[in-house]
Amino acid sequence: MAVDAVLETKGLTMRFGGLTAVKGFSAAIPRGSIVGLIGPNGAGKTTCFNMITGFYKPSEGQVLFNGADITGTPPHRVCRSGIARTFQNIRLFVNETVLENVMIGCHLRQRTGWWQAVLCLPSNRREERAIAERARELLKVVGLQDLAGEQANSLPYGAQRRLEIARALATRPTFLLLDEPAAGMNPNETQELMGFIREIRRSFDLTVLLIEHDMKVVMGICEHIWVLDYGEMIAAGPPQAIQSDPKVIKAYLGEEALAHA
Amino acid sequence: MGPKAGAILNLLAAAVLGLFLWWAEDNLDGYMIQILNLIAVNIILALSLNLIYGFTGLFSLGHAGFMAIGAYVCSILILAPEQKEMLFILEPAYDWVQSAQAPFFVAVAAGGLAAAFFGVLVGVPLLRLGDDYLGMATLGFAEIVRVLAINLPRVTNGALGFKGIPDHANLWWNYSWCLFTLFFVIRLIRSNSGNVFKAIRDDETAAKAMGIDVFRHKLLSFSIGAFFAGVGGALLGSLLATIDPKMFTFVLTFNVLMIVVTGGLGSITGSVLAGIAITVLLEWLRFVENPVFFGEWELPGIPGMRMVVFSLALIFIILFRREGFMGKREFSWDGAVRRFFRKAGPHGR
Repeated sequence: MAVDAVLETKGLTMRFGGLTAVKGFSAAIPRGSIVGLIGPNGAGKTTCFNMITGFYKPSEGQVLFNGADITGTPPHRVCRSGIARTFQNIRLFVNETVLENVMIGCHLRQRTGWWQAVLCLPSNRREERAIAERARELLKVVGLQDLAGEQANSLPYGAQRRLEIARALATRPTFLLLDEPAAGMNPNETQELMGFIREIRRSFDLTVLLIEHDMKVVMGICEHIWVLDYGEMIAAGPPQAIQSDPKVIKAYLGEEALAHA
Repeated sequence: MGPKAGAILNLLAAAVLGLFLWWAEDNLDGYMIQILNLIAVNIILALSLNLIYGFTGLFSLGHAGFMAIGAYVCSILILAPEQKEMLFILEPAYDWVQSAQAPFFVAVAAGGLAAAFFGVLVGVPLLRLGDDYLGMATLGFAEIVRVLAINLPRVTNGALGFKGIPDHANLWWNYSWCLFTLFFVIRLIRSNSGNVFKAIRDDETAAKAMGIDVFRHKLLSFSIGAFFAGVGGALLGSLLATIDPKMFTFVLTFNVLMIVVTGGLGSITGSVLAGIAITVLLEWLRFVENPVFFGEWELPGIPGMRMVVFSLALIFIILFRREGFMGKREFSWDGAVRRFFRKAGPHGR
């Protein structure tokens, strides 16, 4: 494949004891695209995310980000290199305000540290003011600017999902992984989410990889889709091809559905 | 109200405290002054543990160890050479122990730095452990320090400890260090680095995903906390004028922990208020250890009774108000002004 791949995985395999959660996952994700990773529950999608972002060290295989090998790099260094993620079960900093949550995401690129803060140096004050300003702008992007002072866990579910994305954007990623961004959203919110993901790709110059169960979202915005089942990739291609792939239909709906189709 | 007004009010509050200390020095008896001194030291200790446990979520029970290190280092530096010659009767002190000398301020800072150094030393292996295991391991560390203090007679004078430590730790030193600690911790917690500590406490996994070097920040918080624990220990040694290994048992850590939990894990205001309240109560409650007369009938005093009362109080706090008096809330001038006017003004919201 001669595409300009922002992220490339080569034969990623993850074994937990005797169980092989993911087997030989190879994919090349074109720069600037929105792509999807789908599959039935327990197919190994989140495991793939965890291997890419450094939370798991793959048993075999390689992760290349912009051509550099980042296999087994700890999560915070992966994030520093420009990969940000959200979580399937929202993980916000619940005791902090909405604004602080985003500011924590900015900390990674902060130059002045704790001792400059203690010494009240103007450089630190300026930078932290700029960070708060940037955090407010990011909140505006996700439409939470009016809730900046609220505690994060007091937000409604959909807003928490958007806050998680704002926080991920605060780390200045070039590659964003979204783990079930539409989970728990109503059709209206889902529709908005699709437009929103396209919008942030454009304005932040991102490549987006998402895990999603909502087929409307996946088929609606993904340019390329990988399908996992029992840890193995059973199909890959553009949405139309995936939709009519018998193996995918079988994995999702079972043998009978295929017979009736 | 802008940040300027807040700063002015802070300075005013410090000035009022200064006036009070100036007044107290001449008008209060030695016992009251001792309690005031203990309040300052306890606030320093509570703030340092709150930084580690309340703000960064590291369950550490090693405070007595850091305090012991601070106390011994400081005492060695301020004891006069002649005093040391008299003290070390078990075995003579090493030459460097015998000749080490420093002014009080430097000695306290050195006590803090030594504690911070050990904080880094034990933090590197231990901070990889999870909650309960970290608690156990740090408890073990404190115990090791105590046993070392007994078994290094040429440095610590063994089980006899030090007596006649110069009592430099007066109201002014104690409250200066207390205000410095308060300032340091507030600046740290309010900065974005403080947000990072709280992020680690709330969700370590998410913090890692946000590019935060969790281990480095844990180590930072732990060693800053150790520094102030060492400072508190150093001041306490000079305040009590005597230290020995028996003083630095788990009970000491428990006292600090009690202040932090009562005040509220993650509340600086809570640590300050509880530091005052519990120090006063610990003294006031001594009456339960004295015999009590109900007319003809006499209830004999039981030594250690006040710790029973306190343990019960702690159990009740944990049962009925787990987040402590303050929870995670903080005092602010804005809030105080708003509350004042709401009460005073009939048209207030």
